[in-house]
Amino acid sequence: MSQNTGTPLNILVLVKHVPDVQFDRHLSGPGQRLDRKDSVLSELDEYAIEAALALAEARGGDKAGNTVTAMTMGPEAAANAVKKSLQMGAAAGVHICDPALAGSDAGATSLALATAIKQLGGFDVVLTGMASTDAETSLVPAQLAERLGVAQLTNLSKLEIDPGTNTVTALRVGEDGAQSVEATLPVLISVTDQANEPRYPNFRGILAAKKKKITTLTLAQLGLAEEAVGAAGSATRVLSAAPRPPRAAGQVITDSGQAGIALVDFLADAKLI
Amino acid sequence: MSNILVYIHAPAGAPTKGQRELLALAARLGQASAVLGGPADAAALASLGAAGATGFYAAAGGLDATGLIAPAVSLLEAAVRESGATAVLLPNTVEGREIAARTAVRLDAGVITDAIDVDADLTVTKPVLAGSYTVKAQVTRGPALITLKANSVELPEAAPAAGAPAPVHELELGETGPAARITATAPHTATGRPELSEARFVVAGGRGVDGDFGPVEDLADALGAAVGASRAATDAGWIDHSAQVGQTGTTVSPQLYISAGISGAIQQKAGMQTAKTIIAINKDPDAPVFEIADLGIVGDLAVVLPQAAAEIRRRKG
Ligand SMILES: Cc1cc2nc3c(=O)[nH]c(=O)nc-3n(C[C@H](O)[C@H](O)[C@H](O)COP(=O)(O)OP(=O)(O)OC[C@H]3O[C@@H](n4cnc5c(N)ncnc54)[C@H](O)[C@@H]3O)c2cc1C
Repeated sequence: MSQNTGTPLNILVLVKHVPDVQFDRHLSGPGQRLDRKDSVLSELDEYAIEAALALAEARGGDKAGNTVTAMTMGPEAAANAVKKSLQMGAAAGVHICDPALAGSDAGATSLALATAIKQLGGFDVVLTGMASTDAETSLVPAQLAERLGVAQLTNLSKLEIDPGTNTVTALRVGEDGAQSVEATLPVLISVTDQANEPRYPNFRGILAAKKKKITTLTLAQLGLAEEAVGAAGSATRVLSAAPRPPRAAGQVITDSGQAGIALVDFLADAKLI
Repeated sequence: MSNILVYIHAPAGAPTKGQRELLALAARLGQASAVLGGPADAAALASLGAAGATGFYAAAGGLDATGLIAPAVSLLEAAVRESGATAVLLPNTVEGREIAARTAVRLDAGVITDAIDVDADLTVTKPVLAGSYTVKAQVTRGPALITLKANSVELPEAAPAAGAPAPVHELELGETGPAARITATAPHTATGRPELSEARFVVAGGRGVDGDFGPVEDLADALGAAVGASRAATDAGWIDHSAQVGQTGTTVSPQLYISAGISGAIQQKAGMQTAKTIIAINKDPDAPVFEIADLGIVGDLAVVLPQAAAEIRRRKG
């Protein structure tokens, strides 16, 4: 990464194409993989895109030489997550796409992403959402910071880069409470859904996105062996998966003045009080 | 017997319930040692020992408390190398997951988050996809780094009596790499109620409380419950964000979850649908929350909750 002092910023935002949480999601096959049809841009990554665009705009936007690039890794359809980022305002896209990547766990995913980031080079800020809405592990942002050798500023609900400096100041929510944190560029940032209000792509943005370029990268182009990623490169393995029996709806009563008492009777019957 | 490490984020005079669960699980799996993520005095060491720790690892000269995550990663890495541990158990918190994530990169090891159980052969049981599947998974390479959800382990009836204090191994960490600085911390405001993620009972309010958490808090206090909230309620500023239950808040798995004035959106359900018993109060008979409630009450929470709280207090005498 460049040791850029101040303006302009090269920002990379990582986005993931995930099964829509509004529908039933299924695991299947020998590796208990997630069925990825009906996928969309992970809702939580929209906050990362917004944060990236806002950081660039605060420094004068693309006219002042700031760049926002969106990158994803996944099967062909995953390019849609990048397209949506371009519609929101990112300037260019990168799609790491190779069949050998299927079945990668967080460790293998962060390896492929970090390899690509190093190869593309020159990023002052790498931005991600707080978690993907499919696996929800939150492991990849911290692993990227480790692999890139940069400070992590994760789980942020607020952030800014002081004008004219290269120090990011931010608010992080952790186990101990709200922490004020700061680091100098280059950094790895992840933002929560408290950080901002993501913009919608407007008509002009949607038209402009059609002309923006998405570069596809294969493992060979990254110089990564097939065995380093996918199920073979992963240090975890799913042995079995069982759908949880759906919760049967219980009794529903309508309050006619005594429902509070009925609630307590229910608790007593269930030996909860 | 294999060595199992437990990462203790902030050692204190009395370990939290979550810390005791980690130590109890570790003791079941092998020889349990605690890695001290912060300063520990004699009382803290004694109580961690009573909870199952038979040894301790600490940073020589203390751990840099102003460095975010990276110093703890160096400590844990050093402790694993020193102890030859086959597994490391951490809390399933933001910190616990991030420390596990980076330590795994350094040790070329695997991480499994959200564990609710771990077998003798280190097979981990965990819920996925918002609790709609239960998965068994294993780490295939390196020590198993496992983050454990609170409320997963049955604690022994009586804690074993504290014996002689176990030894503290001090580890030289050297350079811990680039880290963000923590310049200030504003602790969560103490409510005197149980901690949300660890609570046996939770009473949660949503947009339906219309600005007044009084009835929710009143029922919570009658039950000795923690107070939770939907994002609509925390976004409105009616209650602190730390009370939010759901996909982007805290996930809870209590014995009892009472949902009041919450519609039951998928992101809210993701945080509470593994509760043993769910009671929902909502004015709208078509609210989706009724699909998962063991008892649904169509009614006004401002009427039902105070009546229930008063009845509980009356019966308790
Ligand atoms: C990326 C993302 C992440 C999210 N993460 C979370 C999360 O972690 N947690 C979360 O909760 N939400 C989350 N949400 C928001 C979620 O989608 C819903 O918007 C939210 O849960 C709605 O809160 P609510 O049920 O309180 O409000 P509403 O959906 O408005 O429901 C209020 C309910 O109260 C009832 N009501 C009104 N008055 C009364 C009364 N007097 N008595 C009884 N009932 C009454 C109404 O009938 C209604 O059903 C997230 C959304 C997104 C996009």
